[in-house]
Amino acid sequence: MGPMLTVARRELAGYFATPVAYVFIVIFLVLSGALTFTLGGFFNRGQADLQPFFNFVPWLFLFLVPALTMRLWAEERRLGTIELLLTLPLTQWQAVWGKFLAAWAFCAVALALTFPLWVTINALGNPDNGVVLAGYLGCLMVAGAYLAVGAALSAATKNQVIAFVLAVAACFLFAAAGSPIVTDFLSTRVPALAELARAVSVTERFNSFARGVVAARDVVFFASFIGFWLFLNAVVLDHRKAD
Amino acid sequence: MTAHGGPNLPALIEIEHLTRRFGAFTAVDDVSFTVEKGEVLGFLGPNGAGKSTTMKMLAGFVTPTAGTARIAGHDIADAPVAAKRALGFLPEGAPTYPEMTVTGFLQFVARIRGFRGATLDEKVAAAMAQTQLEGVRLQPIETLSKGFKRRVGLAQALLHDPPVLVLDEPTDGLDPNQKHEVRELIRRMAPEKAIIISTHILEEVEAVCTRAIIIARGRILADAPPRDLLRPGHTLEQVFRELTLAREAA
Repeated sequence: MGPMLTVARRELAGYFATPVAYVFIVIFLVLSGALTFTLGGFFNRGQADLQPFFNFVPWLFLFLVPALTMRLWAEERRLGTIELLLTLPLTQWQAVWGKFLAAWAFCAVALALTFPLWVTINALGNPDNGVVLAGYLGCLMVAGAYLAVGAALSAATKNQVIAFVLAVAACFLFAAAGSPIVTDFLSTRVPALAELARAVSVTERFNSFARGVVAARDVVFFASFIGFWLFLNAVVLDHRKAD
Repeated sequence: MTAHGGPNLPALIEIEHLTRRFGAFTAVDDVSFTVEKGEVLGFLGPNGAGKSTTMKMLAGFVTPTAGTARIAGHDIADAPVAAKRALGFLPEGAPTYPEMTVTGFLQFVARIRGFRGATLDEKVAAAMAQTQLEGVRLQPIETLSKGFKRRVGLAQALLHDPPVLVLDEPTDGLDPNQKHEVRELIRRMAPEKAIIISTHILEEVEAVCTRAIIIARGRILADAPPRDLLRPGHTLEQVFRELTLAREAA
């Protein structure tokens, strides 16, 4: 536990020591706000809920989260600090989870800073705050899923641009897997794959969170999704750390 | 080799048949040696001879293709964390996190090494005193000169007063005065530790090492106290060139 949290703490402080944190948070807030009020029709819907906001979060994270994870391991390899970190007395797991937790906590901060939206709907009407909370939990789950994918891909390359592009592509796969375009296409041709696509879809599960349903199987899905990709991260790291 | 280790204690560093291949290329080829307490081993060889790879394997960063190593009795494969606790390692190029301050960086390392509170502050202060870093303690590492960066790396390796030190080119980039300081520091610590340093500077070997190993193409060519490597009328440099060039031609 100790070394893991120490790694997480250093990593999180690192975000705020460079402009990364501020750029990320500002862009996230501006884009999510703008999309919620324009395309989302926040006021025109006449409903006091955050549905228009939640609809856009997974798609924003699709680009912003890989921007966060691309430097996670690639930067350590470029600087050579990976050699320092992995020769300190900590297990590979502690390093992998420490970095992941730092990035996750950072996403939680960015999400928490959207609180003016929550204040707004509470001032305008009587929203179901349980549903709102479930929606935020869902956002955090999606962030965790994308972070784990991005972290594993960042461990595979020294080049941050490659890490970013690969992570966006991989996350898009899991974001789009449950969309009607993909499932309709697959169900007419390869029905077996359509089921699979729906099963691994991140957006599908997020939508039930956004509707206020926190189902155990969805939580288990995200937990195992994150666990799987971080396991992959450790394996890739072990094989490629010294290249 | 020397009597410092005592008759019954195992050597602090034991390397047995270490081999590392990268594809068809063998970087380190069946290297075995031990280093006992009180010894300062100079690791010499041309660039690409396998010095850094050997040190990286010892530090648990590169996984050996074959063979094993023990640090203070802990096997690097079976008990990596225990082995790393007993080791202070300065990686090649002395990598550090550029955005951190010197104090922040050393505190991070101390915390991973399990120090807390007053002990942590003491350890960090002692490491900075040993490497003369007090003047720059609050400066971000990226603003420091090459010599200071190298000393931050050194401070990080010494911080927990480990029984085993593995230093990859500890004096690279330092000016003559700083080189002298680091050599003095190594000499001062030597009686209590087993130390391996790699270097290109042959005078450094004569100045601080009790023993020298010359390696080329992944194999050990010579293993003896520096003065025994010298033959009448030859400098250490001539011996080094003869040994390593003959090996490369073969």
